[in-house]
Amino acid sequence: MKISYNWLKEYVDLNMSAEELANKVTLTGIEVDSVIHPAAGLKKIVVGYVEATKPHPDSDHLQLCQVQISADETVQIVCGAPNVAAGQKVIVALPGSRIANNEKIKKGKLRGEISNGMICALQEIGFSDDVTPQAYADGIYVLPATAEVGQPVYGYLGMDDAILDLEITPNRADALSMRGVAHEVAAIYGEQVHFPAVKLAEATKPASTVLQVKVDDVQDAPSYNLRVIENVTIKPSPLWLQRRLWNAGVRPINNVVDITNLIMIDHGQPLHAFDYDQIGGQTIEVRRAQAGEKLTTLDGNDHDLTPDDIVIANDTTALNLAGVMGGLGSEITNKTTTVILEAAVFEPTHIRKTAQRFNLRSEASSRFEKGVNRTDVLTALDHAASLIADLADATVLAGRLAPTAITPENVTVTVSTKRINQVLGTTITTAEVKAIFERLGFGVTEAAGVFTVSVPPRRWDIAIEADLIEEVARLYGYDRLPETLTASASTPGLLTPRQKLIRRLASNLEANGLSQALSYALTTADKAAAFKLKASQPTSVDWPMTVDHATLRMNLISGLLDDLAYNAARKQQNVALYEQGRVFLKQHATTVRPHELEYLAGAITGDWQLGAWNQPAQPIDFYQLKGIVVSVLAEFHLTTAPEFVATARHQDMHPGRTADILVGNQIVGFLGQIHPRIGKQYRLPATYVFQLDLEQLLALEAQLVVYTPVARYPAITRDVALVVDETVTNAALEATILAHGGAYLTDVHLFDLYAGRHIDAGKKSLAYTLTYQNPAATLTDAEVTTAFDKVIAVLETEHGATIR
Amino acid sequence: MSSLQEKLSALQKQGIEEIKKSDDLKQLNNIRVNLLGKKGPITEVLRGMRDLTKEERPAVGSFANKVRDALTDSIETRKQALEAAKIEHQLAQEKLDVTLPGTPIQQGTHHVIMQTVETLEAVFLGMGFKVVLGYEVEEEKYNFEKLNMPKDHPARDMQDTFYINQDILMRTHMSPDEARTLEQHDFSTGPMKMIGPGRVYRRDTDDATHSHQFFQMEGQYIGEQVTMADLKGTLSFAIRQFFGAERKIRFRPSYFPFTEPSVEVDISCFKCNGAGCDVCKHSGWIEVLGAGMTHPNVLKAAGVDPVKYGGFAFGLGIDRFAMLKYGIDDIRQFYQNDIRFLSQFN
Ligand SMILES: [Zn+2]
Repeated sequence: MKISYNWLKEYVDLNMSAEELANKVTLTGIEVDSVIHPAAGLKKIVVGYVEATKPHPDSDHLQLCQVQISADETVQIVCGAPNVAAGQKVIVALPGSRIANNEKIKKGKLRGEISNGMICALQEIGFSDDVTPQAYADGIYVLPATAEVGQPVYGYLGMDDAILDLEITPNRADALSMRGVAHEVAAIYGEQVHFPAVKLAEATKPASTVLQVKVDDVQDAPSYNLRVIENVTIKPSPLWLQRRLWNAGVRPINNVVDITNLIMIDHGQPLHAFDYDQIGGQTIEVRRAQAGEKLTTLDGNDHDLTPDDIVIANDTTALNLAGVMGGLGSEITNKTTTVILEAAVFEPTHIRKTAQRFNLRSEASSRFEKGVNRTDVLTALDHAASLIADLADATVLAGRLAPTAITPENVTVTVSTKRINQVLGTTITTAEVKAIFERLGFGVTEAAGVFTVSVPPRRWDIAIEADLIEEVARLYGYDRLPETLTASASTPGLLTPRQKLIRRLASNLEANGLSQALSYALTTADKAAAFKLKASQPTSVDWPMTVDHATLRMNLISGLLDDLAYNAARKQQNVALYEQGRVFLKQHATTVRPHELEYLAGAITGDWQLGAWNQPAQPIDFYQLKGIVVSVLAEFHLTTAPEFVATARHQDMHPGRTADILVGNQIVGFLGQIHPRIGKQYRLPATYVFQLDLEQLLALEAQLVVYTPVARYPAITRDVALVVDETVTNAALEATILAHGGAYLTDVHLFDLYAGRHIDAGKKSLAYTLTYQNPAATLTDAEVTTAFDKVIAVLETEHGATIR
Repeated sequence: MSSLQEKLSALQKQGIEEIKKSDDLKQLNNIRVNLLGKKGPITEVLRGMRDLTKEERPAVGSFANKVRDALTDSIETRKQALEAAKIEHQLAQEKLDVTLPGTPIQQGTHHVIMQTVETLEAVFLGMGFKVVLGYEVEEEKYNFEKLNMPKDHPARDMQDTFYINQDILMRTHMSPDEARTLEQHDFSTGPMKMIGPGRVYRRDTDDATHSHQFFQMEGQYIGEQVTMADLKGTLSFAIRQFFGAERKIRFRPSYFPFTEPSVEVDISCFKCNGAGCDVCKHSGWIEVLGAGMTHPNVLKAAGVDPVKYGGFAFGLGIDRFAMLKYGIDDIRQFYQNDIRFLSQFN
């Protein structure tokens, strides 16, 4: 809401600067976004009088104008505007002046002819296209004949004003008007508002002789009032009215339309003007639209109406979407001579729905949605009628046609000083509270610190105790409230074990060289469904902005691949990322709400070991990744060790380079290389990923860390190289060694893997170090040899191993 | 003095000369063997003691031992000097170019959004708040209805919503967690103090300042004696912890359906310090969070007596905090995960 400071001063006595006022209003309840001084930065722009014009000898569109710029000086100015003519008072930017955008105007020559400045259009001195009157949109602006030559133009154009741009929150719709803001400002400064009385002269002819009005359902239009105005002359509004409109951000159109807009800005009451001769008959009815009924609105769009829409109609046909937009057939035109003026209160919910459905949010509809000042409906109507009478030389017929009417009543709310101080943490006195309510213009009686407050309808946002406490707080001043840290019982502020563990996982991966990523949870249907650990149905939003963000992810890997692809496209080839976040899973397509599960995933592409002068680059491989995953899994301290089982079941993964991670019989995750087909889609080289279901891992049994004393006796090691069939796994060999290694075997460590020369085809050699230790005594060689020979024998029989 | 003693003196003098002149360890060793060995001149002199009288022998023997000790000491001293020189010479050959780069060790970084979340969590944990994580896919009633935003409430327009169906939606803010926690809280165990950080969703087109997904943190403190002064004290403390102790803070009235009185909190612009600049849109102030005293309707909806209990709630944009703190000008960077962006926040 743009508030003209000059206009506001007519309603409240104010003498502080606009900035000071803006700051105070902001700190008391309504945020002032900016203060604009329209003339700021402009210099030497004055009224000129065009004495004569003649065509430029060397141009087909320029004119040489003789312009009087002071009582005794006339100069030549070259002008290209199509509407420049002798006899006009115009805006002249003199040599040395500054116009909009800090542009400097100098004396100069245009195609050989001297130009002593510039004749300006409104836009050239800072007006936006939105408010420039249509007649002057493509040419220079013409000032009234009374404008005094040589004087600065700012006063004539309202540019000496200051405009406060107020950001009105939905609860303060009362401030969507000059008068509402005047009340607010008066309360802040302890001033009184003074609004000029409306003087309306009615003709003797009653309006009821030319128009019948009916409201079908009083709920739809609890207050519906029309006036009929005859002998209207449509013409441009006087400059004072146009100034008010454009300073409020509204484009002047013609006198009748401008007056309805002015009244809406002034009183907050939207009005509508119909052309009486175009409504088709002598009846106006407020009713619901019939299903299938059609209406073309002012903007030229056709709408199919429904019984949820309130319309203004004649006998048979809808004319208007009530409170939202007028119809194309009955709007005010230059030919209009009789005007029907409407001031109403419509049911907010229906207005809102209609405006939403047809995408026709307007200043009027948003005011009806949020409510209007019910005490001011008739005043606004009469104020408008009297202005039309004055400015359109018209006659207002006698009487309002008002089939429904409301009697606005004050609302009574109680609150005590004690309660106010209890909520605010203050020590405000009863007298201070009383003074605040009085400044707000509320009726107030007080007994023993308990207030009975009578709130006028112009503050329809106030209904309960909390509303009054807020009024006191803001007028007392938020800056005056003390700052305390509460004295109530202390509470432990601790992360849960689950929250702590998740933070540890993040630290672990970062220490391992992966950076944390946060990807979008809404993605494409395909990406959402890829890399699933478990079967799940997708969850999609009803009305996505784009297919790229339509379906909730069921895996974290797709998002990470998007990230890697984004990096690769920017020549960042070696990237290691992880993400911890939620996936959204559900078993049945009919379920609406998915389960939200915490997952952890990583994706690495390019070189894992970066090449340097002293080491070769090494691309990421399965075993590097497995080392990272094992390190992450170690954070869980599981009582059952995780197993890695080769799998080809993931269609988006490389069938030979992927393992499921099992704990007991639960699959808690997987790792491996992404399928080259997927890699191609994302334009990525060999890329390795893992994904873990943290919910399952967190639910598994974990063991506390138990300290074991460091052994005091030396350990003995034995190395063995086993030649086995290619198909025998390391896991199988290690399991056998551990199962048969005897009581003192403490560790099995694979230190070499070999296949090739010196080994038969189809065979491979694995070399292990076995470590033996007796915590209670020094082991003898003989004890170790016995145990070692036993294991070797089992390996030979169980796995067909030969010792190399 | 006997001739033997003279001989010994001469040997000592000559030996020390030679020792001093020796310039490597091998030569020194030869000198030692020549002088002090079994076939050396000193041994030979001592053999001549046989010819001395019984009375003469102790004096000469003692003298001979002194000579031997002097020579031994001298050799040892020379040996240490030669060894030190040798090591010094060797180390001089082992000089590195210390300006060559170290072997790269990969280190990941924590996402700046999560750093921001955790910094704020630490502040509130220290004040006795707990961290609660709710649902990203929420029921309409927790996202709106129970927060004093019934259907058709104009304030719903402030937040464009992704709906799954008419009852289920992507949460548009973190307030549903507050409503749920409030419903479950047992006030006989003390006040309820919680913060809830997480992802929220709005039906917005992504650009430099808008994102359909971003992070918020909300918090709530409800008890029997919690005042708006506590709101000011708590939030001032948290803001200064995050943005710096030198920031000026102002509280001004605002509107949220779920609080009354409602507050918006501004901090003095850290670019211009209040003078006015592009960052603060020439106001000198930057809006950082919204808060207020929990609306009685919200307490009632959760089954909490609004006469007995009251308190405050607040909400802030994590992305906005991070953007302000680091001067990040495009919100999309948080979710593109460009490694050149991520790795700056280490
Ligand atoms: Zn600034």
